[in-house]
Amino acid sequence: MPLKLEEVDHIAKLARLDLSAEEKARYRVQLSDILDHIAKLNELDTTGISPTANAFQGTSATRADKVHKSLSTADLLKNAPDADKNQFKVPAVFGEKK
Amino acid sequence: MKYEPVIGLEVHVELATESKIFCGCPVVDSVEAEPNIAVCPVCSAMPGTLPVVNERAVEYAMRVGMALGCKIEPVSIFARKNYFYPDLPKGYQISQFEEPLATNGEMLIETEDGEKVIRVLRAHLEEDAGKLTHVEGASLVDLNRAGVPLLEIVSQPDMHSAAEARAYAENLREILRYLGVNSGDMEKGVIRFEANTSVRPVGTEKLGIRTEVKNLNSFRSMEDAINCEIARQSKVLDEGGEVDQVTMGWDEEKGQTYVMRGKEDAHDYRYFPEPDLPPLKVDDAWRKRVRADLPELPRAKFERFLADFKLSEYDAKVLVSDRAIAEYFEETVNNGAKPKAVANWMTGELFALMNQTEVSIDEIKVTPKALAELISLVSEGKINKNTAKEVLGEIFKSGKNPQAIVEKKGLAQVSDTALISGFVSSVINAHPDEVTSYRSGKTGVANWLFGQVMREARGRANPQILREELMKQLDG
Repeated sequence: MPLKLEEVDHIAKLARLDLSAEEKARYRVQLSDILDHIAKLNELDTTGISPTANAFQGTSATRADKVHKSLSTADLLKNAPDADKNQFKVPAVFGEKK
Repeated sequence: MKYEPVIGLEVHVELATESKIFCGCPVVDSVEAEPNIAVCPVCSAMPGTLPVVNERAVEYAMRVGMALGCKIEPVSIFARKNYFYPDLPKGYQISQFEEPLATNGEMLIETEDGEKVIRVLRAHLEEDAGKLTHVEGASLVDLNRAGVPLLEIVSQPDMHSAAEARAYAENLREILRYLGVNSGDMEKGVIRFEANTSVRPVGTEKLGIRTEVKNLNSFRSMEDAINCEIARQSKVLDEGGEVDQVTMGWDEEKGQTYVMRGKEDAHDYRYFPEPDLPPLKVDDAWRKRVRADLPELPRAKFERFLADFKLSEYDAKVLVSDRAIAEYFEETVNNGAKPKAVANWMTGELFALMNQTEVSIDEIKVTPKALAELISLVSEGKINKNTAKEVLGEIFKSGKNPQAIVEKKGLAQVSDTALISGFVSSVINAHPDEVTSYRSGKTGVANWLFGQVMREARGRANPQILREELMKQLDG
C-alpha cells in the first residue's frame, strides 16, 4: 500500500527536511517499498510471544554513581560551528519547548 | 453554570545523584555553575558513545516509587522520545514510555473536606535537557543539565481544585526531601510541574476537554495557572463555546495562561525502545535492599508523634515538615525533656532565632542535649522562662552549656521568699497611688505592680513566689 502524500509531508516535517515535489514523489515510492518489505513480518504468528524491546537478553548493566572527568569547555566547543560565552551558539529559537 | 474542575499533575523531579544518569559527568548547580563545565562525549551526543544507567538514579526512583506505594516493576524499558530542539543534543530524550519503573501508587492529602487519596499513575526515569539562553538573533546552549536524572511522577486526574493540586505538590516535595533524593529547592528548578486541567458541569461524569500548562516552577504559579484555566474554560463553556485541547504556557507577569501550540501541532514523538540500553531489571534482592533503607515518612512520623508524645496536630505537623527538625525534636526528647515543652521551645524561640539569622537546624550551635538541659533548668525552677529565653539566645550565639551560662552570668532564679518580699515592699512603698487604686477595686493594677517587682529583681524572681508575696502585701 503506497503512503499518502500527506504522510510523506508529515515525515519530512518531523525530520526537518525540505523536499521538492519530485523528491516527495520518489521517496513516497521508496518508503512504501520499505514498509511493504517490513510488513512481511506480520505474516508470522506471534501469539503468546511477548514483545522484544531489545536484542540483548542478559541482565541490565548499571554503573556506580561516580563522577568522571568531563571534557574541558574548550574541547567540547571545538567542533561547534559557532560558539559564544563558552556556549554553543545556534540560530534563535523562541517560544515552543517540547 | 457551575463547573467542577478536574486536575492531574505531572511533576518532574531532579534526582540528587553525584553524576548524571547515563554518564559520569557531575551534576552541578544549573543556576550557579559556569556553562558547559560538566559535559562529556556521552551527554553531548558525540557519535559512537553509549549510555550506561546510574545505579543510584534507579535506587532514588525506587525510593520515591515505594514511598508512594507504587509497584516497582521487575522489568522496565527505556525508550527514545524523538524531537528536535537545540537543548537536546541527541535529537531524542531517553525516557520510559510503555513500561515505566513504578506504577499505581497513591498519596494522602489534606483538603477542606478532610483527607483524600490521590492516585499516582506512574513514575518513570528520564534525562533532563540542557539550558537555552536567548540573545540577540541567536540562542546559546549550556549542556550542564543535559543528562541530569529526572523522575517524572504522573498523578491521576483526582484533584478538584488548585488548592488540592498544591497540597499534593507540597506533600510530594516533603516526601522527596525525607527520602534524600531532592533538595526541594524550587528556585533552582529541581522540581517542575505540568498541570492538566479540565472542567465539567457539576454532577456529570464525562471528562471535559483538557489543557496542559507547562513549565510551572513554583507552587504559587502552579496554583495561579490552574485557577486561571478553571476560570477561562468555565467562561468559554458558559458562552456556548468549546475548550480547545491545547498546550499552554504561563505568563507570570500577566498572570495568564497562553497557547503555545494547538492540537494540530501536537508532537509526534515516535517513541521506540532505546536500542542502546537493555531492559532495566530490578530483582527481589535489590528491591528489598532499597526498601530496608527507606526512612520513616512524614505521615507515619506525624501519627507517631501524636500517639507517643501527645503533641497537638499543629505542633506535630510543624515538627515533621522537615526530617532534620523532626530528628532534632526526638533527640531533645531522648535527652530527657518533656515533649510538649520541647515542641514549644522549638516552634517558638528556637525557630525565631533561626529565622532572624537565616540558619538551618543542621547548622545551629544549640545541641539537642543543651536544649534539653535548658528546659530542665526551667522545670526545676532554677531559672524562670524569661531568663531561659536569654540563655537560649546566648547558647545560640556561643554554643556554651546552659548551666555554665546561668552560673557565669548570675542568672539563677531567686526563690528566697524573704528577698522577694523585700522587692515587693520597696515597690509598694514607691507607688502608693497604684496601691490605692488596686485596693479601690482596679485589680488589673496588680499585673503592672508584678512587672515592677520583676524589674526590681532583674527578671530573676521565681514568678510564683513573687505573685504570692505581692498579693499577700496588697491584700494584707
